[in-house]
Amino acid sequence: MSGLRRPISPAAAVRLVAQRELGARLRTRGFLIGTAVILAVLAGYLLFQTALVSNAERTTVGLTGQAAAIAEPLRAGAEGLGLDVETRRVADVTEGMADVESGDLDVLVSGSPASLRVQVKSELDQQLEAVLTGISRQEVLSAKLVQAGLNPAEVMRDVDAARIQVTSFEEHDPAQGQRIVIALVMMFLLYMGITAYGSLVAQGIVEEKSSRVVEILLSTVRPWHLLLGKVIGLGLTGLVQLAILGVAGLAMASATGALTITGVATTTLLWGLVWYVLGFFLYATVFAAAGSLVSRQEDVQTVLTPVSMVLLVGFIAGFTVVQEPEGTTATVLSLLPPLSPILLPSRIATGSAGALEIVAALVLTLAAIAALTWLGGRVYRAAILRTGSRIRLKDALRA
Amino acid sequence: MGEGTLEIDRVSKRFGDVVALDAVTFDVRPGELFGFVGSNGAGKTTTMRIVLGVLAADAGEVRFDGGPVTHETRTRIGYLPEERGLYPKMRVLDQLVYLARLHGVPAIEAHRSAELWIERLGLTERRRDEVQKLSLGNQQRVQLAAALVHDPDVLVLDEPFSGLDPIAVDVMSDVLREKAATGVPVVFSSHQLDLVERLCDRVGIIRSGRIVACGSVAELTSGAAVRITVRAPAATYGWAAALPGVRVVAENGDDTVVELAPGTDDQDVLAAALATGPVREFTRHHPSLTELFRSAVTEGADT
Repeated sequence: MSGLRRPISPAAAVRLVAQRELGARLRTRGFLIGTAVILAVLAGYLLFQTALVSNAERTTVGLTGQAAAIAEPLRAGAEGLGLDVETRRVADVTEGMADVESGDLDVLVSGSPASLRVQVKSELDQQLEAVLTGISRQEVLSAKLVQAGLNPAEVMRDVDAARIQVTSFEEHDPAQGQRIVIALVMMFLLYMGITAYGSLVAQGIVEEKSSRVVEILLSTVRPWHLLLGKVIGLGLTGLVQLAILGVAGLAMASATGALTITGVATTTLLWGLVWYVLGFFLYATVFAAAGSLVSRQEDVQTVLTPVSMVLLVGFIAGFTVVQEPEGTTATVLSLLPPLSPILLPSRIATGSAGALEIVAALVLTLAAIAALTWLGGRVYRAAILRTGSRIRLKDALRA
Repeated sequence: MGEGTLEIDRVSKRFGDVVALDAVTFDVRPGELFGFVGSNGAGKTTTMRIVLGVLAADAGEVRFDGGPVTHETRTRIGYLPEERGLYPKMRVLDQLVYLARLHGVPAIEAHRSAELWIERLGLTERRRDEVQKLSLGNQQRVQLAAALVHDPDVLVLDEPFSGLDPIAVDVMSDVLREKAATGVPVVFSSHQLDLVERLCDRVGIIRSGRIVACGSVAELTSGAAVRITVRAPAATYGWAAALPGVRVVAENGDDTVVELAPGTDDQDVLAAALATGPVREFTRHHPSLTELFRSAVTEGADT
């Protein structure tokens, strides 16, 4: 009967542990519900945003009497400024007033083109005011030109031909706003992902410690294999969740028209997944080491706080970095290994991280992973079987 | 020593200034049930944890099958830790299969073996339940199954009987006997000395990190002082006190309990008793393991 067993290889041990973690997490209601809730929030936000954009930005202008003649130049002028203006004939001023009051009309324009009277509920959009003023002045100007014996059409053609010439040092990217949103979303997902799954590593270790199952496990598996399997299993779970959220979010944002630069977003997502893996490995063994110092779930939060704080600092700094991704502060911060996984993908999204910077950040982070994994593994190995009160980091390192 | 024997050879361990184990030496032979007894804190659990490599010894060696116990040989040991440990949120069957596979059992055999032990230990109806939903007694059975599921060549069980109901004690005893009968050395610790006496081929008594007695119960008790209870209603108080090599332990009413020094003939005591009148009872006691334990543990406890 003892022919049943074959010596288990390290790779097989790590794989078994990782499979258990993956199976145990993916199947839980928490994972499914959590992913579904984040997706629902994202979908709701996008739909709300699209509905808001399509309604709020359209201005309905009622024209009455002689003012009806300005419908054409008004629409043309508004379009030139990127305003969405709809014009409507209104029978008389009284009816128009009532419509403005009730909100059916945003603006009522009456009077002659040369002296327009405008009624709004509270405030006239400044750009629309400029357009209307322009139309009115044009009318006056045309009248004066005719008086002076000139052809208004000819004069205006010459006037319109006058153009200022603009040159800029940088190419203007009309999608900069979208890039910033993508950067912020990616940063948020990375911060959440690394913090949540890093904490799960620590909690899993404390669970094994508090239930004492670790004693059975370590009688057959080496501490290293157990730690590595756990980190890989949970890392994969987080990667799966991030990929689901990223792809679904991308699809929804593109479908609703909220996102027009799908290419940039896809690149950012792919970089985000790479940096998630790096960031998770960077922090996982630190979380593991912190978790192995305590034996009760109640004490986990205390030991995790210093680690979570570093991540939080990165997340908060991220808002500044996204505002000014080209600055020296942003560049330096995003190259620091503990912060790179959160900050660099945002700078890639805003298009401000050069290839050299990306390579430098990758190299620095990989070096940090190697160092922290060695250190974290040491603490873990020394502390994992010591139950009871909290173990001091110094003692664990010395052991 | 030989094939299939688990040898603990001069194993020492200190925790700071406290000497937990001091050259602990004993062996468990193939097919043998070895009882490991001692007071709380005497070093039983520490010894077992060192055998399993969960704790490192400061000195000494643990050998199995003639060679030192390594990480590879440890997968051949079935271990029941003192503080029970299983994943609380994992299902019974999954848990056993997982542990079997971690010990190197291929997937299909792991399933078969897990199902076998689940059935054997009466857990069939709970096999899909999470461990935390089971009663303590049933959790204990799962724990035993976890120690057996990879068909180990050695069994090391720390307090396997604690917290079990009488039926479960019988099941556990049967399983241990059965494993031993297949040639597996079985060592277990227990405070239930009557059970140890009934079940074990040999016993080791540990006190303050030192083995103070080791051997079969018969061997251990043969060297101990003999006690005799004499019921002689007509005897006067102190009748036995003057007999050579005899110490009076108790004298209440008709009964006198005496302890004989080695080499003293019990027939001399009987003759002296008959001289006082009729003798209604004359019983020679074999000291039980409990008495042996008590004297072994208290003897020289001050030093």
